Amino acid sequence: MSKGGFRRAVLKVFGGERRQSITVPIFAVLLSLVAASILLLALGKNPITAFLGMLRGCGIVPKANYAANAGMLTDFMSFLGWLAPMTFAALAVAVAFKTGLFNIGISGQMLLGGFFATVVALECTESVPAPLRLVLVLAIGIASGAAVGGLIGFLKYRFNINEVVSSIMLNYIIQYVTKFFIQMYYVDPVSRQSRYIDASWRLTVLDVQAFGVKFNIPLAVILVIPAILIVRMLLDRTKLGYEMKTVGLTRSAARYAGMNVGKNMVLSMLISGALAGLAGVSYYLGYYASIQPGVLASMGFDSIAVSLLGNSNPVGIFFSSFLITIVSKGATYMSSSASIPQEIAQVITGLILLFSACGVVMRSMLARLGEREREYQKSLAAPVESTPESTAEPPDTSAEARPTDTADMTDAKGGDR
Amino acid sequence: MGTLGTLIRDGLSFALPLFIIAIGGIYSERSGITNLALEGLLGAGAFVGALAVVLFTNGAFGGEFYLAVLFAMLGGGVFAMIHGVLCVKFRANQVISGVVINILAAALTAFLTKQINIAHFGQNSDKFNLGTAPIFSIPGLSEIPVIGAIFKGAYVYEPLILVMAVVAWYVLYKTRFGMRLRACGENPHAVDAAGGNVSATRFIAVVISGALSGVGGICFAYYISANFSPTVFMGYGYLSIAALIFGNWRIVPTLGACLLFGFARSGGYAVAKVLEMPGAFTDLFMMLPYIVTLLLLVFFSHTNRAPRALGEIYDKGKR
Repeated sequence: MSKGGFRRAVLKVFGGERRQSITVPIFAVLLSLVAASILLLALGKNPITAFLGMLRGCGIVPKANYAANAGMLTDFMSFLGWLAPMTFAALAVAVAFKTGLFNIGISGQMLLGGFFATVVALECTESVPAPLRLVLVLAIGIASGAAVGGLIGFLKYRFNINEVVSSIMLNYIIQYVTKFFIQMYYVDPVSRQSRYIDASWRLTVLDVQAFGVKFNIPLAVILVIPAILIVRMLLDRTKLGYEMKTVGLTRSAARYAGMNVGKNMVLSMLISGALAGLAGVSYYLGYYASIQPGVLASMGFDSIAVSLLGNSNPVGIFFSSFLITIVSKGATYMSSSASIPQEIAQVITGLILLFSACGVVMRSMLARLGEREREYQKSLAAPVESTPESTAEPPDTSAEARPTDTADMTDAKGGDR
Repeated sequence: MGTLGTLIRDGLSFALPLFIIAIGGIYSERSGITNLALEGLLGAGAFVGALAVVLFTNGAFGGEFYLAVLFAMLGGGVFAMIHGVLCVKFRANQVISGVVINILAAALTAFLTKQINIAHFGQNSDKFNLGTAPIFSIPGLSEIPVIGAIFKGAYVYEPLILVMAVVAWYVLYKTRFGMRLRACGENPHAVDAAGGNVSATRFIAVVISGALSGVGGICFAYYISANFSPTVFMGYGYLSIAALIFGNWRIVPTLGACLLFGFARSGGYAVAKVLEMPGAFTDLFMMLPYIVTLLLLVFFSHTNRAPRALGEIYDKGKR
């Protein structure tokens, strides 16, 4: 294929600028899967088995055999139980990121939200009517996450404290405070974790028997789509979202336009923290039913990656959290069924992120290709006589190869400008 | 040794590795490249250093600590090249790149440690054993009350780091290269106009930050657990970022911030021990450094100013 033909093919596949925001990340993911396959082959493992193992572990592809009472649905529901907090946490990162703030304290906010909700669940076991329980834990979790996020925003606005520093400090503080209280008052002597909360306080309906299998229904997953839509609405359709994005793009321009930069930063961190609190409740009271003291959930850091992979776009986040959750959640089954080291899952996640981070360079390369193509089309449209005859042109060029050659010449000129 | 002596000794052993990592961060950020990757770089460096020790020595060779430091610098520097290429050449978002490096470093080192242990040593372990770092005492000075604790049973990495810090300070503030580096973080276009190479300077700065982080990483591996394992990713890279921002991107104030972290930490342990409190209360004291930092930041942050071009992708054509 001639060079011009290849260029056109590439441009056609990747599409215009709008479509590139989808095709470039997909291409990056494909590249990383190729890289992961090479790594797996080097270990002497079959990459297809590995990827199928992940999908099987998440209940997306059926396993060869199941234990009694378990089925694909059991695995898939468990997968959704992990997906929900991951999505909320990634949305939390995205809201702050759009305002130009980096909320690295997601895991701390998750922990505090989960901690207060757990405390309420343990303290008021029976005194709250059952229907109100889930609403109460959600409200408490969201409020405490929002409080921490808002505090970070306020410290930035009022005292010029870098949000990265204050959220790291608060991560440590929350980690130690909750560890202290759990170990003093709420510890289960056997598991060394906080005592298990009663099933009626959990965001999970346990042991549902249907379709011949038993499974848990994670209730938080109901909130995933609304949360995505609300964040999308907030960012794209409201005045607050517009102001937040403006602050994120150019702080000084926002100030000149009369926007209250400080207020927007505080609100953005407040919303981000609230989403992180929601993630915490669905993580600690949904997926688990207790808290391991003194440990920050690694999900809080993985969610940063998920958000970045989704380009901080709520809809993009839906797909990226799906993908990353398959890799991280499916790793256990992949590892046990095909004896592939489990650590490879994190490496694959890392590779996906690495190639996605190169998306900018891919796009600028595509932009350059597009410019060449336009120059070429222009040179075709122009009468042949006006194309400057090059002295460098090889004399033996055949007639059909000619247009491409002229195009390449124009390219060189276009590139020099 | 008295409680106060232990407090000083432990405080320094923790503060100095943190300090050298923070200096690495200062190099990168003063050149204009945001470096959230310190956490990953310190781990990658510690991994390579520890790998060199377990591969090349059998515990018989006395200088293995220095070998480890050397390879940790190498490992951190090479790994930092990923950050350099992504940020300088590929013009990726620097925050994103940093997070990617952290995740990749944690994943790769955990994976490789296990694979190498299985393939090379035939054991299923996620650790490389290092043993403790060598210590030294200076006879005369260590007899001085209180202050003497600094010179008694100190880890050899402490003077090593101090020497490196002095060199790093000299290079950053007193040499042409250092001045260019700082100018790249303030006004890269001016550097370009003066005939400097912004991309190359920034790339070198990032590699230096990786090498220095590697030193800090291997010291933490020796100090905390006497082995390399995924526990080296304890968030100390992030803590050193906090220290350098607290120190306003300058080396000497950053030392103060690191000492504050170190002494508040060892002080917390000491108080809990003196009062003979139950173990859970130690956690309350462990928060001290972070609370103190937040409070101090409330008072001192208004003068904080990041390098002007920090985090901005350098575009030659931009005005």
